[in-house]
Amino acid sequence: MVGIVSYGAYIPIYRMSRQILAQVWGGNAGKGERAVANFDEDTITMAVEACVDALGGGQQGADGLYFASTTPPYREKQCASIVAAALDFPVNTEFFTADFTNSFRSGTSALKIGYEQIKGKMAKKVVVSIAELRRPAPNSESEPSLGDGAAAFVLGDADVAAEIEGTYTIYSEFIDTWRREKDAFSRTWEDRYIFEEGYDAHFPRAIDGLLAKCKLTKGDFSKFVLYAPDMRRHTAMVSKLGLDPKKVQAPLFDSVGHTGCAYTPMMLVAALEEAKPGDRILVANYSDGADAFSLKITDEIEKIRNRRGIKQYLQSKYALPNYGKYLIFRDLMEFEAERRAADFSSLSHYMRERNQFLRFHGGKCKSCGTLQHPIQRVCAVCQAKDNYEEVRLANTKGTIFSFAMDERAMVKDLPNVFVIVDLDGGGRYAGVLTDRIPEKVKVGMKVEMTLRNQHDGAGFHNYSWKARPVRA
Amino acid sequence: MAESIKDKIAIIGMGCTKFGEHWNKGLEDLVIEAAYEAYQDAGVEPKDIQAGWIGCMFNSTAAATLAFPLKLGTIPCTRVENACGSGHEAIKGACYALAAKAFDLVIAVGAEKLKDQGGGALGGGGTAAAGTELWNPVYFYGVGGPSRYALAATRYFAKYGLSPDEGKRILARISVKSHYYGARNPKAHLRREVTEEQVMNAPIISWPLGLFDCCGNSDGAAAAILCRAEDAKKYRDDYIVFKALGAAAGPGTGKLLTSYDYTSWTETEAAAKQAYEQAGIKDPRKEIDLVELHDCFSIAELVATESLFLCERGKYKEQMDERKAYYIDGEMSVNTSGGLKSFGHPIGASGCREVYESYRQIKGIAQDPSRQKKTWKTDKKLSLAHNQGGHPGKFACNITVIGLP
Repeated sequence: MVGIVSYGAYIPIYRMSRQILAQVWGGNAGKGERAVANFDEDTITMAVEACVDALGGGQQGADGLYFASTTPPYREKQCASIVAAALDFPVNTEFFTADFTNSFRSGTSALKIGYEQIKGKMAKKVVVSIAELRRPAPNSESEPSLGDGAAAFVLGDADVAAEIEGTYTIYSEFIDTWRREKDAFSRTWEDRYIFEEGYDAHFPRAIDGLLAKCKLTKGDFSKFVLYAPDMRRHTAMVSKLGLDPKKVQAPLFDSVGHTGCAYTPMMLVAALEEAKPGDRILVANYSDGADAFSLKITDEIEKIRNRRGIKQYLQSKYALPNYGKYLIFRDLMEFEAERRAADFSSLSHYMRERNQFLRFHGGKCKSCGTLQHPIQRVCAVCQAKDNYEEVRLANTKGTIFSFAMDERAMVKDLPNVFVIVDLDGGGRYAGVLTDRIPEKVKVGMKVEMTLRNQHDGAGFHNYSWKARPVRA
Repeated sequence: MAESIKDKIAIIGMGCTKFGEHWNKGLEDLVIEAAYEAYQDAGVEPKDIQAGWIGCMFNSTAAATLAFPLKLGTIPCTRVENACGSGHEAIKGACYALAAKAFDLVIAVGAEKLKDQGGGALGGGGTAAAGTELWNPVYFYGVGGPSRYALAATRYFAKYGLSPDEGKRILARISVKSHYYGARNPKAHLRREVTEEQVMNAPIISWPLGLFDCCGNSDGAAAAILCRAEDAKKYRDDYIVFKALGAAAGPGTGKLLTSYDYTSWTETEAAAKQAYEQAGIKDPRKEIDLVELHDCFSIAELVATESLFLCERGKYKEQMDERKAYYIDGEMSVNTSGGLKSFGHPIGASGCREVYESYRQIKGIAQDPSRQKKTWKTDKKLSLAHNQGGHPGKFACNITVIGLP
């Protein structure tokens, strides 16, 4: 049996209400909000978050990791390899990493390839991460409805919680939305045309194909997870397909927003959170054609209920206070020139210390047992030289021992909150607290670790781990 | 067998520029001004100088930082750097070279030009902070001086159960004192008195530290002409001698080990113990008259006062509340020059400038007679200067004690 062994999701903590957009641009506020990634997040960091959720803290020997996004932080440089390293998958064994991009189907494409790899006995376990950070044009029709988020799935041939019974894919050269190499924002065409000739025409074909291929009928499914470009088209499609709305997974348009290639996968996570053994789920995704999947839920689903998933991450949120903050987060304006030196970095330095900063390893002294981060070659307590084992700290929680809130730091979101954290189980972390409300920061606050882009010194993304108030 | 430096090295002349915004003077001008005032004070000629040391962090051009502006010929010159503690480091190098009898007459200078960088405050990320991890691409990236010291303030408040308002008020009283004396010191940069409320209400730089909790960003230089004590009488009768040189460098355990708690300076305690032993000081509070300590931030003065054993740990609040213990007529005069707070902190210069203040006070020629200390605990007029580079958890600390022979 091949299928989903585990699932996870991630929704950034900030939500921008549609009222804020109405305040800035005028017009009808409408209800709802959208998830907005913090300034230090991108699709790599969000993919890592979703994978941490899916892996439940354990990295039980996967054979590969895929990364899917139409908004990858690198255009030339694989992102999956960074995600795999941040999750601490070993580099000294055979391990297949790959990026899937350019289509809102890239997430389901990655799922399908992973499934086929395992089914074809080319792999036993594959981690699929799917993340999107949408950057709508300011004051555009899509600005209120796009959102940021991620989903992750562990696929395998044992302990399967949702068996993938079958898949069906069609392709189409139809163009509905696109970005050329240098386009900052998506382009599109008259909506009646792109929806009628695109989504409406092709989407049902994949569903029909799947049903025929698997010899199933719509009545065999307890839940339908359906892609749609917006709420209106979703409702129309449910009706067109003749489905019982109660069996259709609720869209996330008014709570998260349209998260591109992560949208259908995130809805699938939400469906899995509610699924019971014996349920059958139909998943269909659209763009450049369509993918459809039939999933059968097993008893194993009960063992993975403790994921944060969509449900918990939806509840854990801060209201973005104003549009200015959003402009700063997404770098949508030109700002006053900095009179201080630009951010700096060194690639060779960053690479040489990547175990402690990207993989977040500390050194645990084998002589006296003291845990130290960054890794010290000579132990600060017993002076033993080069006698330590590397210990991963990414899944460790801790307590704020002291903090400072710098109002003059060269970061996009002031104050920059520096923290000294005493880690549960020993060791200390010195770094930045992100996803925080400054007024609520205090000595004794519990924190957890999250991978973030510290800055872009030397023109590359300098990822390392920050602390944040525990989000559960 | 190692020996104490006590009474072996003499200061025969000192010079100090005004500290402040010298828009029309470069580092070389500052070095020249401080050195020539020191030559004149000592009654020596530039050609008499046999070796030189300069403490300088950002503006260094190696030995030429000193040799080039002063045109000292081809004598040995050394640039030393211990971040904010570079000034004392220059003095220490000069003292030990004299003690080793490698030279007879030397100059030690501390100098820094900070006001060419287009920014107002010291730190806040980027180039102004010290420490090797400053150069790390990600680890504790961009943490400026204010934040590094703010960690100590936050922790001090938490440890001793002070609300942010109570804690900030104690710190405010320190800044009020510094400004009080800065207003009375013509060489200081910030020469305006401030009230406790002004300090409390100032904009935050790095919480809990506000604008008036932070030292200024200044240009300046100070210089000393030194010789062995036995030769000092050749130059003048009223020379000053070193009683101790204490030094300690922390291994940087602050951010590594949970045992480090940020409310005392380990390195200062270690250097103070050395210095008191060398000088034969048993109870510093009863024997030391004047203290110029490293107060780049108000919290730095509080913690250093406790770590120099001038005040019991955690008891600073009571001292500052009830009595003017740390004013010039108090039990223990601390930073009655105005401190780094009102002089500003041209990195390499501050350590030498601290010694300059004590040197003038002991001689009875403090700038502005209202600041002159009149009653002394002993006839040695022991005066301590404390200078440290780095940051909480990773200091390089030097302590000098000077006094009458």
